[in-house]
Amino acid sequence: MTMTRDWLLSDRPVSRRQARLGQIYRTWLDFRTNGLAMFGFLIVLALVLVAIFAPWLAPHDPLLGDLNHTRLLPPLSEGYLLGTDDQGRDILSRLIHGSRITLAVVALVAVIATPVGLLVGTTAGYFGGWVDTVLMRLTDIVLAFPKLILALAFVAALGPGIENAIIAISITAWPPYARLARAETLTIRNSDFIAATKLQGASAARIIWKHIVPLCLSSVIVRVTLDMAGIILTAAGLGFLGLGAQPPQPEWGAMIAGGRNFLVDYWWVATMPGLAIFTVSLGFNLLGDGLRDVLDPKRQK
Amino acid sequence: MLNVENLEVTFALGADVVRAVRGVSFTVQQGESYGIVGESGSGKSTVLRAICGLAPTSGGRITLDGAELPTPRSPAFYRRVQMVFQDPYASLHPRHTIDSVLSEPLSIQGFDRHDERIEQALEDVGLGAGFRFRYPHQLSGGQRQRVAVARALILEPQIILLDEPTSALDASIQAEVLNLLDRLRAERGLTYVMVSHDLAVISHMCERLLVMQHGLAVEELERADLRGQRAQTDYTRKLLKASAGYTKEDAQA
Repeated sequence: MTMTRDWLLSDRPVSRRQARLGQIYRTWLDFRTNGLAMFGFLIVLALVLVAIFAPWLAPHDPLLGDLNHTRLLPPLSEGYLLGTDDQGRDILSRLIHGSRITLAVVALVAVIATPVGLLVGTTAGYFGGWVDTVLMRLTDIVLAFPKLILALAFVAALGPGIENAIIAISITAWPPYARLARAETLTIRNSDFIAATKLQGASAARIIWKHIVPLCLSSVIVRVTLDMAGIILTAAGLGFLGLGAQPPQPEWGAMIAGGRNFLVDYWWVATMPGLAIFTVSLGFNLLGDGLRDVLDPKRQK
Repeated sequence: MLNVENLEVTFALGADVVRAVRGVSFTVQQGESYGIVGESGSGKSTVLRAICGLAPTSGGRITLDGAELPTPRSPAFYRRVQMVFQDPYASLHPRHTIDSVLSEPLSIQGFDRHDERIEQALEDVGLGAGFRFRYPHQLSGGQRQRVAVARALILEPQIILLDEPTSALDASIQAEVLNLLDRLRAERGLTYVMVSHDLAVISHMCERLLVMQHGLAVEELERADLRGQRAQTDYTRKLLKASAGYTKEDAQA
């Protein structure tokens, strides 16, 4: 254990791998000292684990309920920890399976929107001039659209479904990353290490990809993590409006919409998925805050 | 070898036009060390940046072995001419190891035997292979500047442009880096063009020098002239006097 630690923290790494792993380990040590961020990290980790092992964790079938015996059982009923909904389905099992949908939405939006934002922002910032003008005005236009309304219009045009909801959210999610990446690029592009790379005959693509993107990446990752909560809420909102995941899929937003009809008499049906959304959003926010503290390049010694 | 004729560099920021360099000419012979001195804002660094294509030239000619340099500069040009920057804290990418700093020029220019060349380059600047996989934040200022020198040397150029290579370092480290540069020039027959505001550094390093003020060349001197305080113009005389330190008369004036 101590040997691994010494190897990771060595001042004289002997291979590329050791240098890289050492850097990651140092970031982790830094991150670990932040209690709230660790709490957020654990929530997100739990979400990932629950999503992976959903079929083994869920005590009941999430889609099929017993309409004769288990309708609207309150929480803490025997065998139904969080109660059941109006169709006799176990809410806990539905939440566990719903975590897969939530995680898929979040992961796909991050995978689609982040590279687009990074590419547009760094290209605009690096080249400047008319490239900058065209790309940033395009970004402004997309930014001017209200997120949920554009997603609504998009889903309405393509038909409801979780895939279309993901595409719709991604389309509206990238402009803030582009702006952020552009701002970072503007501060980097005139620095000496970029000039030195130009003097080696490096192409613009190489400079952007290998030198500028790694420096923009950390602030964009932080921003994406902080936006995760918003993305989950937008997905839940679309689900709530019936334009995201379709029944009987156990999407959390759609579950709240289902429980709305009898909120007063059977409060738990809508509350439990609400709590799940709240917890996961909070987890991502805390994680994002912690990452900002660790990854901010200006804070590094 | 390197010939600069009537070089003009103009920066336009909207309506503001700054004429940073206004018709500067000089010739650098092969194997020579040529100095450019002047106060801050005299355009001396801009001359270097214009030679390597980082600043736009608006007039005049720059030729290397009689051939005019194309704009933008060709990759072949960068094999012959490299530059060392002033601030070693700003000239190394904060997220790249020394290894990737040194291997990148090799892969861009299509050199072979990367491992061997990188270790040799580190050896040449007195760092040793133990530094290869460190990050810049694990190095001191002097060590960083050595890495910057290694990066410039690894492409085996003939001309090295030195933009105040020691002004960001403290005095003892300055001497180390200057001696390193001196040794490398002797070993490899390099040609230096060195910019500095420090006359002592220039007189230690350079055989000939050009004095610049407000973007204009004031006069060209031999090292012997500099050491013997034989200057033709008032400005150079003032500069020589200033570099000797403050005297009582300066304080009263």
